[in-house]
Amino acid sequence: MKFLINLGLLILLAALIAGWVLVPWWGAVALAVVVAAWMLFTRRGKQAASVTAVGVSTLRQRLGSASVIVIGIAGVVGVLVALLAMAEGYSQTLRKTGSADTAIVMRGSSASEVMSVLDHDSVVLVPQAEGIAQDAKGKPLASPELVVAANLPIKGGTADDEGSVQLRGVGEQVWAVRPEVKIIEGRKFNPGMRELIVGKGAAKQFAGMVPGHEIRLGNQAWTVVGVFAADNAMDSELWGDASVVGDTYRRGSSRASVTVKLADPSKYAAFKSSLEGNPQLKVDVDTTLNYFNKQSEGTAKVIRIMGIVVGLIMAIGAMFGALNTMFAAVAARAREIATLRAIGFRGLPVVVAIMLETMLLALIGGVIGGLLAWVIFNGYSASTLAQGTVGQLSFELKVTGALLWTGIKWALAIGFIGGLFPAVRAARLPVTTALREL
Amino acid sequence: MKYLHLIWAALFRRKTRTILTLVSIITAFLLFGMLDAVRTSFNQAGQSANGAQRLQTGSKLSFIQTLPSSLGAQIAQVPGVKMVTYANWFGGAYQDPHNQVFSFAVDNNYVDLYPEMDVSAAERKAFDDTRTGILVGEKLAKRFGWKLGDKIPMQSTIFPNRQGDKNWSFDIVGIIHSKDKKAGGFYDQLMLLHWKYFDETTPYNQGSVGWYVTRVTDVNQADRVAKAIDAISANSDHETRTQTEQAATASWMKQLADIGLIVGSIMGAVFFTLLLLSGNTMMQAVRERTSELAVLKTIGFSSGSVLGMVLAESILLVLLGGVIGLGLATVMVPAVAAGSGGMLNLPGVGANSWVLGLVLMVAIGLLVGLLPALRAMRLNIVDALAGR
Repeated sequence: MKFLINLGLLILLAALIAGWVLVPWWGAVALAVVVAAWMLFTRRGKQAASVTAVGVSTLRQRLGSASVIVIGIAGVVGVLVALLAMAEGYSQTLRKTGSADTAIVMRGSSASEVMSVLDHDSVVLVPQAEGIAQDAKGKPLASPELVVAANLPIKGGTADDEGSVQLRGVGEQVWAVRPEVKIIEGRKFNPGMRELIVGKGAAKQFAGMVPGHEIRLGNQAWTVVGVFAADNAMDSELWGDASVVGDTYRRGSSRASVTVKLADPSKYAAFKSSLEGNPQLKVDVDTTLNYFNKQSEGTAKVIRIMGIVVGLIMAIGAMFGALNTMFAAVAARAREIATLRAIGFRGLPVVVAIMLETMLLALIGGVIGGLLAWVIFNGYSASTLAQGTVGQLSFELKVTGALLWTGIKWALAIGFIGGLFPAVRAARLPVTTALREL
Repeated sequence: MKYLHLIWAALFRRKTRTILTLVSIITAFLLFGMLDAVRTSFNQAGQSANGAQRLQTGSKLSFIQTLPSSLGAQIAQVPGVKMVTYANWFGGAYQDPHNQVFSFAVDNNYVDLYPEMDVSAAERKAFDDTRTGILVGEKLAKRFGWKLGDKIPMQSTIFPNRQGDKNWSFDIVGIIHSKDKKAGGFYDQLMLLHWKYFDETTPYNQGSVGWYVTRVTDVNQADRVAKAIDAISANSDHETRTQTEQAATASWMKQLADIGLIVGSIMGAVFFTLLLLSGNTMMQAVRERTSELAVLKTIGFSSGSVLGMVLAESILLVLLGGVIGLGLATVMVPAVAAGSGGMLNLPGVGANSWVLGLVLMVAIGLLVGLLPALRAMRLNIVDALAGR
């Protein structure tokens, strides 16, 4: 019988947790309102509220064991939110790089820009397609770009400590195609010169990235003339004139991709079909929004899965910690609970009271963990070798409201499980036995 | 040792509490084992005796820049060089562009430089004789269900063939086995094709080489040889950068992620929580046994031995949970690696992790037990028996 009840509880739990994962924040608020209303307006509810009040008021006497729940859950939520924030920051940085009104053209079947090669004819043909926005002089807004890598010394490292950075040779229209790129220090590079501008992310990571400084690419000297900010993945790049970069890297007049500004996002279909209908071209077309989204998928998924696995294992640990504390609390108050039941309180208010107490502690833990993660990790910069690029991508961890909510949901779920079993035990203990217990 | 029975009985005096605490400790050390395996796999990459003997020469400009194939003969002339081979990145994918395969277009003698790769003599000969032949790693073959003698289509995400078509066709003529299965490494996930076939089939390569691999005769000479190799192309338009395989891999891993920091901070959070949790358990255990401890002292146990017993109890608790957790990790890590179909490559939980784990267990046990043990030691018999 006891086994059956426990089994039933477990199945109920699994169903509840599965439902809980899907609940949006307003669902949880509605749930809280319903519980509050029940506690205010029904007889049972009022009983539950008063038992809860008694339990909560005794919390101060068992601060030590209560803090096990709070800190245990704060740890789980902190680590979970930090790892998810890493995935979020990474994919946000890449997602922001694209937009619906710019399109990228690469050679067919290329997984990313670095792997693509467009010959000179294609580079000339692409800007003639339909749907591209034009500047005041009637020239299409298209930037044929070359993406290569450069080995540069890492800031703060030894002379031999080199990292890889993505170097993008851009066309002259690039400022119109990518208006989000702003020079924040120095000036733009001059076409035809060995001059570079560096993204602010790259400037933080590599040595010598200040205007006026000379850096060596292979055996050539290039001058850094400016620093730019785009607040996206471009920040991790170095930019120069495509034709000069092409010379240095012996790429001749071939390019990796052409990025164009569309007259209007709705013109994308026309642009795509005009290129695909051209028998001289073998290219893949995508909006940059879609392209960079796809680039971020793999890595972000890996980080997210890692975060959830680590979070789950920690959650199991914290859950047993909570169970332990609440079993101890119930045991310590066994007489008190039995007395309540002897004078006519039913089982339900007792169960609710203990569950609420645990979930309150869990909520505090979740909030502390989420806040800690936010204070320490929001805006924390990290970097990795991004998929589909050849350089380090620097990004900032983003602790968003949605992530904090996820953390609090986890905390409440742990508190729910941690409180349920002790609560049921308290309600089921025979009154006479409990009263006799010391 | 003669008190073990007593300590054991005290530990399981409250079964529920001890078991719940044990589960928490088990999960903490399970996590420790898994994360430490990840950390070790990052740290150990390239750190082998064979790795120290091999030099990698790539373009100084960047790793995607190619080198002229004439350089190979010049490198072979450098004193101290035993053997030279070269390779190109092929960027292969099977069926779907997402099924990326580690695939290199290599010179015939590539396998000779990597004694870690085990290819039977007959298969090696078949590879040399078949223009479209490829050698594939054991795990890779298993992942896609390939067999010896299969003809497989393969896409290159970088190089189309002369018809502008991305589809290449290869014959599997040999299987690469990893010599040291425990060492991890990715040799059994490689696919090797002939550089010659590659160069003749794609119009985009034109005789260039991605990187050279050199085996030196004497490890101690590696630095000198590396400098000599770089000197060959100094001031040309294809300057090179030569590093030992160890250094090159370490630099890649460092760029990929600061794994040490991530693992360190997660473990910090976990162990801090664990400290608190088991500390609370021990406090409770000692508090509720106050009168029993007083009885022990009354019948002649010294304060010192009471202290020792409580400490031993907490160490035993953490050790018990820790060993089970780390044992679980030892079993689970290879299972996870196998289950991922070669996507995740983790070495098992090694002796180092076990030693570190055991030291941590004892340290945590001591820390956790210290306060309750001191309390038990200072117990005043009269007060304790009176329940004051």
